[in-house]
Amino acid sequence: MIKKAPKTLLVMDALAALGLISALVLVFFFTPVEQTMGMVQKVFYFHVAATWTGMLGFLLAMVASVAYLKTKKLDWDSAAVAGTEIGMVFVLIGIITGSIWAKPIWNTWWTWDPRLTTTFIMELIYAAYFVLRANLTEIRQRARLASIYAIVGFTTVPLTFLSIRIFRSIHPVVIGDSSSSGMFAMSSSMLFTFIYSLVVFSLFFVVVFWHRYLLENNQRNLTTIIMEED
Amino acid sequence: MGLLSIKVYWGDEMKFLKATWAILCKDLLTEKRTFVTMGSMLVFALIVILIFMFAFDLAVGLRKEAASGIIWVTLCFAGTLSLDRTMALERDAEGIDGLRLAPFDHTVVFVAKVLTNWVYLLIIAVIVLAAYALFGNVMLFNGGFFAIILLGTFGYILIGILVATLNMQIKSHGPLLSVLLFPLLIPLLLAAVNASSLVLNGGDPAGLRTWVNVLIGYDLLFLAAGILLYDKILDE
Repeated sequence: MIKKAPKTLLVMDALAALGLISALVLVFFFTPVEQTMGMVQKVFYFHVAATWTGMLGFLLAMVASVAYLKTKKLDWDSAAVAGTEIGMVFVLIGIITGSIWAKPIWNTWWTWDPRLTTTFIMELIYAAYFVLRANLTEIRQRARLASIYAIVGFTTVPLTFLSIRIFRSIHPVVIGDSSSSGMFAMSSSMLFTFIYSLVVFSLFFVVVFWHRYLLENNQRNLTTIIMEED
Repeated sequence: MGLLSIKVYWGDEMKFLKATWAILCKDLLTEKRTFVTMGSMLVFALIVILIFMFAFDLAVGLRKEAASGIIWVTLCFAGTLSLDRTMALERDAEGIDGLRLAPFDHTVVFVAKVLTNWVYLLIIAVIVLAAYALFGNVMLFNGGFFAIILLGTFGYILIGILVATLNMQIKSHGPLLSVLLFPLLIPLLLAAVNASSLVLNGGDPAGLRTWVNVLIGYDLLFLAAGILLYDKILDE
């Protein structure tokens, strides 16, 4: 019942670790310092990569939730948990790195820009998802209700983004309009590092996702074994 | 009671409407006899309005501008009471098992619960408006505002019943409802507050149309989600 991580995954672990280190080297020693923003612009490579993989996690969680409701296979529930949890952490990394960048560039840690606000609300929705899970002990029931919540939650995300954008286009933004300040043209070495970071983070995502998925499956199986023995 | 005298029979035609009607009557009759849901919503809503009045202590000119925000927050808070209560009632009396076993599609339960709670919230909305108008000495009765309240509360109840049914199945269900519900309400609240504000204080008609479209879109989306998913939420 309890499965260990397969060989392929261990190899991928090593690759992801090497990838992350090499991406750091590229970011700090290979790319030029951006002319107007300076060193802080370097946060961009990991910021975009982390947020992108985080969103990918949420999308995967939603697909897995639909699949669970269709098939009733608990493996899908594990995939949904893995996707959501990693999504939350990666998007949080995105928010934190974004704030670090925004402070010198926009002169504020936070602004109620549609993208920022939507990610913030997504974090809240998925935090609620985990609150829900924590309060349900029966495995099947937890999987079913969490799947429904993930689907409903993900459905509101485009609407949230849309409504905040309308809100912002009616009311002018005083500080830090994302479209006007903070844009820059990428040199080829910047573009290369950017794509490299995206690929490395995607690999990192797959590795962590796989581990988390195995862990969730093992945890559930172990709980079942203990309950059967009682 | 007159409402209940309509006989429910399980012919194919009208079955859906009759079953919905039966649940609706059952809920309204319970409410008529106990007045627990509406009573607690009413008291709570009035307290929230009062707290806002004290906390902001707005000048007369600003009260109308703040009205849409304060009224929507009050309705959202008061609404959680009825959502929680309507499902807790079923759970505690094990009525939900009866509903699960009844020979009709579970969508019936969804539609009936939405209608009952919508009625409660609309009644509370009218009272809240009156109270705000009275305490704040501002005029809020306006056809457009009522239309937006109809649309907004409908969307709120649609998603509210979905989440409340989910929440009902959690053992310590009470305080979780708002944690689960409110993040999903953001687009609805933004649209409702802005549309109401534009109606009350005058302003860009194109903006108003956009917000009303968002409200209608939200309502339709969660009507569809409710019809598609409710079976899965209730089913054990």
